[in-house]
Amino acid sequence: MGVSELIFYILAATIIGNAVLAVTSRKIFRSAIYLLFSLIGIAGLYFYMNYEFIAAVQVVVYVGGIVVLIIFSIFLTHEAGNDMKKPSLLRAILAGLASLGAMALVLWTLQMECFMPSDAAAVEPSVNNIGRQMLSTTEHGYLLPFEVVSILLLAAMIGCIVIAIKTRQKA
Amino acid sequence: MIGLSHMLIISTALFFIGVYGFLTRRNMITMLMAVELILNSVNINFIAFNKYLYPGKLEGVFFTVFIITIAAAEAAVAIAIIINLYRHYKSIDSEDADTMKF
Repeated sequence: MGVSELIFYILAATIIGNAVLAVTSRKIFRSAIYLLFSLIGIAGLYFYMNYEFIAAVQVVVYVGGIVVLIIFSIFLTHEAGNDMKKPSLLRAILAGLASLGAMALVLWTLQMECFMPSDAAAVEPSVNNIGRQMLSTTEHGYLLPFEVVSILLLAAMIGCIVIAIKTRQKA
Repeated sequence: MIGLSHMLIISTALFFIGVYGFLTRRNMITMLMAVELILNSVNINFIAFNKYLYPGKLEGVFFTVFIITIAAAEAAVAIAIIINLYRHYKSIDSEDADTMKF
C-alpha cells in the first residue's frame, strides 16, 4: 500500500468517523465540532483529487462560514451543556434500517456498474480556467447562472434580515 | 490504486449518514447539520465524476461551486427561521412547532 492510498484511507476515516459522531452525539456543541472536522476532511479529499480551488472554497464557505453560523445559533438558542433528548428506540431502529438498506442497494448498484474512464485531454482545474469559463457568454459559459446566483444571495440576505429582525411590541 | 468507486463509496456512506441523522434528530439545528452532510456528499460525487470520467470539462466544478453557494444561502435562511421560531416557542424542537399541523 503506497503513501497515496494511506492518505486516502486516513481522509476517508476522518470524514466518515466524524460524520457518524456528528449525527449521534448527544451534546449539540460537540456535534457541531464533529461536523467541522468532517468538512475539513472533505476539503482534504478535494486537495487529494487536485481540485485546489474547490478545496479552498470548501474551507472558506463551510468551515469559515456555515459552521461558525451554526455555532452562533447554538449559543443564541440553547443552553449549550445540556444533553439533547435521546431519539426513541423505535425511530432509531427504523431510521437505521432504512439508511442501511438504501445504502446496501446503492452500493450493490455501484459495483454492478462499469465506469469507462475517459482518455480525453485533461483541462487543468485552475482558477484561471474556471474563471474564464464561468464568466464567458459563449456556448459553455456560465455567466447567466452566475448572475442569477448573485441575485439569489442578495434575496437570501434581505430575507434573513427580515425574518430574524425583532419586531417592536405594540403596547 | 484509488479510483472513482472509492470516492463513490465514501459519498454514498456520507449521504446515508446524513439521512439517518435527518430521520432521528428532532432538534432543528442538528437536522440542518445532517442536510449539510447530504449536500457535501453530492459535491464529492460531482468532483469525482468530473475528475475520473470527464477530465476535459469543468462542468462538475461549476455545479459544485453553485451548490456550495446555494447551501450557504439556505443555511443562513434556515438559521434565521430557527431563531425566529425560538422567540415564539422558546424551543427549537421540531415537535414543539406544530401550529400548522393538521
